[in-house]
Amino acid sequence: MAHIPDGVLSAPVLIGAAAATAVGVAIALKRLDSDRIPQTAVLTAVFFVASLVHIPIGPTSVHPLLSGLMGLVLGWAAVPAVLVGLVLQAAFFGFGGITVLGVNTFNIALPALVIAAVIGPLLQTAVNPTRVALLGALAGAAGVVLTAVLVCLSLGFSAQEYRPALTIVLASYAPLAAVEAVLTAAAVSLLRRVKPELLSVGEARHA
Amino acid sequence: MTAFTSAGSAATAPAAGLLDAVSPSTRVGTAIAFAVATVALDRLPLLAAALAIAVVLAALARLPAASTARRLAGMDAFMLAVLAFLPFTVPGTPLFAVAGLSASAEGLRQAVAIVLTANTIVLAVLALVGTLEPVALGRALAALKVPEKVVHLLLFTVRYIAVLKDEYGRMVLAMRARGFRPRGNRHTWNSFGWLFGMLLVRSFERSERIHAAMKCRGFSGRFYLVEAEIASPADLPFAAGFGALMVLLLVAKVVW
Repeated sequence: MAHIPDGVLSAPVLIGAAAATAVGVAIALKRLDSDRIPQTAVLTAVFFVASLVHIPIGPTSVHPLLSGLMGLVLGWAAVPAVLVGLVLQAAFFGFGGITVLGVNTFNIALPALVIAAVIGPLLQTAVNPTRVALLGALAGAAGVVLTAVLVCLSLGFSAQEYRPALTIVLASYAPLAAVEAVLTAAAVSLLRRVKPELLSVGEARHA
Repeated sequence: MTAFTSAGSAATAPAAGLLDAVSPSTRVGTAIAFAVATVALDRLPLLAAALAIAVVLAALARLPAASTARRLAGMDAFMLAVLAFLPFTVPGTPLFAVAGLSASAEGLRQAVAIVLTANTIVLAVLALVGTLEPVALGRALAALKVPEKVVHLLLFTVRYIAVLKDEYGRMVLAMRARGFRPRGNRHTWNSFGWLFGMLLVRSFERSERIHAAMKCRGFSGRFYLVEAEIASPADLPFAAGFGALMVLLLVAKVVW
């Protein structure tokens, strides 16, 4: 749902985002114990499979992005996880592109990191089930909205001519944000009850 | 989701035809070079030439026509909005008018250039890389100096996508058996949330077992790529010929 194809963005945007992604991957790899790679891969595969599901809304359907949930579950490991997912989609499904791998990873992984840093700690201390669900809904919606804003910024900084369409681009993410708010609230509430250690933002498990 | 089978191989890979003679890392390397060069072209005749090269590659790789065409047509909804706006936002010679807004030839040209570039690269990547076994892709990336941890994450992820796809299928079947029909309502979205949550829980437990099993077999946190990639005699001619074509197109762009 956030695949900018090749040939759309300007070179400075592509290079800048690729550099930022490279730094993010480097930090994440440093924090990722090789011991935990199989575990991270299993969770990455869950998000990959989930992102291919069609979720009906009104007359159409959407693929979930799940950047909020990814941030809460994977923490920093979300960066290489998103990169791997996008490489596999580009290579075997023809989704996305090659020169845009950096920018597309950035647009999905940065929201995941922001949510892990802001909502993660709040979720740790939340006891009330309603509060847990609300934080989950916030994580789901914020993940989509932040990604939509980053997609718009990538387009807007690339060319003047894209700017008039950006309001529509932003609006096109509204249904997805609504779906992911409900979906992430449900998923987070369930994880909290059944397997709270999955929400300890990667760090505790990787330490 | 059809691309990954439990054996960990890509179902999209029928027989890579003549491209099989070229080693995976050369194929991945040329695909990346081709993408970068094509993005730089920007002129319609040159993009058409690049598309012709991609079509030849697809033919050499014996990509199935129907499913490949479906993949090329797919583009996210937000991109369609951007493309539809371009003729109206790029100033230039008016071509036609819709509701008082005039569409420019320049804007239309730019939209066509984007569609051509995107599809040319997708086609070349599907031909050069999409026909590889995922394991060969991992080895090729390692040979191209992609960090080892990323390569291993990719290889393990490919392996578990197949496993989890089956698990997901079983869970959806169980939901259907209990009368679940996905519709555009809150109940459906909640149910998908629980479904993904439960998939995470089960996978996490599975990954603990995997971890324990690997520890038992002496896993110390370092992996070895069992088979190093073997260079093929076809690599050099392929890369040289391909590189010459790319340089030719780029020179044509500069002198034009």
